[in-house]
Amino acid sequence: MTKAKTLFEKIWDAHVVKRQEGHPDALFIDRHFIHEVTSPQAFDGLRKRGIGVFNTARTSATADHNVPTKDQHLPIKEALSRHQVETLRKNCEAFGIELYDLGHPFQGIVHIIGPELGLTQPGMTIVCGDSHTSTHGAFGNIAFGIGTSEVEQVLATQCVLQHKPKTMKIEINGSLGKGVLAKDIILYIIAKLSASGATGYFIEYAGSTIESLSMEARMTICNMSIEMGARGGLIAPDETTFNYMRGRKFAPQGEDFERKVEDWRKLKTDDGAAYDLIVKFDAADIAPMITYGTNPGMGIKITDRIPNTRELKEIGEYASFNKSLEYMGLEGGSSILGKAIDYVFIGSCTNARMEDLRLVADMVKGKKKAEHVEVWIVPGSKQVEEQARKEGLDKIFEAAGFELRSPGCSACLGMNEDKVPAGKYCISTSNRNFEGRQGPKSRTFLASPLSAAAAAITGKVTDVRDLMDT
Amino acid sequence: MKEKFTTLISTAVPLSIENIDTDQIIPARFLKATTREGFGNNLFRDWRYDAAENPKASFVLNDNRYSGKILVAGKNFGCGSSREHAAWALYDYGFRVIISSFFADIFKNNALNNALLPIQVSDAFLLEIFNKIESDPNTSITIDLENQKVSIGHSSEHFDINAYKKTCLINGYDDIDYLLDLRPEIKKFDLLHK
Repeated sequence: MTKAKTLFEKIWDAHVVKRQEGHPDALFIDRHFIHEVTSPQAFDGLRKRGIGVFNTARTSATADHNVPTKDQHLPIKEALSRHQVETLRKNCEAFGIELYDLGHPFQGIVHIIGPELGLTQPGMTIVCGDSHTSTHGAFGNIAFGIGTSEVEQVLATQCVLQHKPKTMKIEINGSLGKGVLAKDIILYIIAKLSASGATGYFIEYAGSTIESLSMEARMTICNMSIEMGARGGLIAPDETTFNYMRGRKFAPQGEDFERKVEDWRKLKTDDGAAYDLIVKFDAADIAPMITYGTNPGMGIKITDRIPNTRELKEIGEYASFNKSLEYMGLEGGSSILGKAIDYVFIGSCTNARMEDLRLVADMVKGKKKAEHVEVWIVPGSKQVEEQARKEGLDKIFEAAGFELRSPGCSACLGMNEDKVPAGKYCISTSNRNFEGRQGPKSRTFLASPLSAAAAAITGKVTDVRDLMDT
Repeated sequence: MKEKFTTLISTAVPLSIENIDTDQIIPARFLKATTREGFGNNLFRDWRYDAAENPKASFVLNDNRYSGKILVAGKNFGCGSSREHAAWALYDYGFRVIISSFFADIFKNNALNNALLPIQVSDAFLLEIFNKIESDPNTSITIDLENQKVSIGHSSEHFDINAYKKTCLINGYDDIDYLLDLRPEIKKFDLLHK
């Protein structure tokens, strides 16, 4: 009898080209995504070695990190950003790689467009020079972020050298309470496990709560696996997955698709397979969440008090904890509800899909934003933007005083024009609240799209359930 | 071919903060270069300089008492973004070794791919190193990669490193050389996995 294996192990083992004692595995990569920030030095490496791309059909490119989210038809104003996007254009042309450039109907955040176009499929290995590549794991594949030297490896050989991580199962059962979204689930898990609690592991999310989620919600969860240190997280594919994929541009079509589905149905962890670690949570314990500090592990239920140093487990954490609260301008022991905010950012590879935009539109329909707050809604892709306009969401947002922009990473990372000014508070649906992440000295509260929409209306940190009662 | 690494004896710079993420090591707005060089100027940019671009005296890189090729940092160093620019910035600034009690995964790979050695030590030994260099900034640390040993004064600790990665560092090889040799096998694999 063959050994019972986890889904992760099955996919990994099926992609090992060479396993050699004392060496990391040479792991074959089915799909490689690139963008303008982490690829130029990799292409330079190929030039220095005088080699081409191993299989151009397995790499797709888009411009997302540096792009403006207004007036995308005009040249990028900032010279260095423009140069980086132009360099991507030249490299893709020179090496024969398909590019979804600014203005292309498929352009968008790399982790939004892969699934949307059906490039992301179950059972694959997927990499990208971006830590949020873990997003794609929602389709039951092994997807993880890599550095630029590894991007070069993949371009040159379609493989990366990797140590096989340990496996962790996170099981969540039960039904979710009112106002609780996938974002709250993952912020809750990270708060429980800490920003480093899953380092060295690859996660499989399972249980009835996970199974009940849409693909969009599953992507939000897998997206933030890296925020607790995990290389990635995956969810076994099921009917929800196949229904999402059917008819997508680059997914197999017609009978080929149905044949593929039969193979994909086998992508499950065997009964009796062992994980290195199993963690279980009860969905009933999860409430709308928010972060108060400067790493995604510093999260609480929105109705809870901010912890104080007396509640920390280790004395060693004091200095970093206090530095964090000082940066955020918050007091240990105080309530976060009612804290005034200045900006609302609804976007990023975590929460910028149609489902997110529809939830926000439903919540704000017929309401108006608080006067002092600036609200940016940045769709994850050109297709999301088009769809939102087709459904008339742009009109709802406009009436509420929100601005629907064009796709890009935007205010998630303070690299393009969209930055939160120093000292200002932003409630954000993105994935990182690090110091300066949204712009130098900016202060970030991570939360769900519903919580962000609620704060946009009231102008302060709000329990979304209070607005849902009315 | 990368720089070869065997033994290093150097003073160290202590940065006793936990969860130092790659956005602090090199903020995103400085990732716009298309080469690997020059990132050292912006290493820890927002901790190192104030809004008017003046060095902040309180930050350890601006403290003349401390210098050297070794950075000693709190646990979970390098968490967050996969940007290899973080490893390039540390290397470009002059660091060759980072000592911490815990490293984020992607950062560790990126560092090893750039001849920057991440050394994981116990919490207790990390505290001892911090105490020794803070009480005497001239204290040197010895890194012996062949014997996988880190020493300070009369104390030392063994550190783990994958045998393959160790060989790469000692000889200045990189992963891509190993993978390029596998190309015929990879080609076959590629054809079978359409």
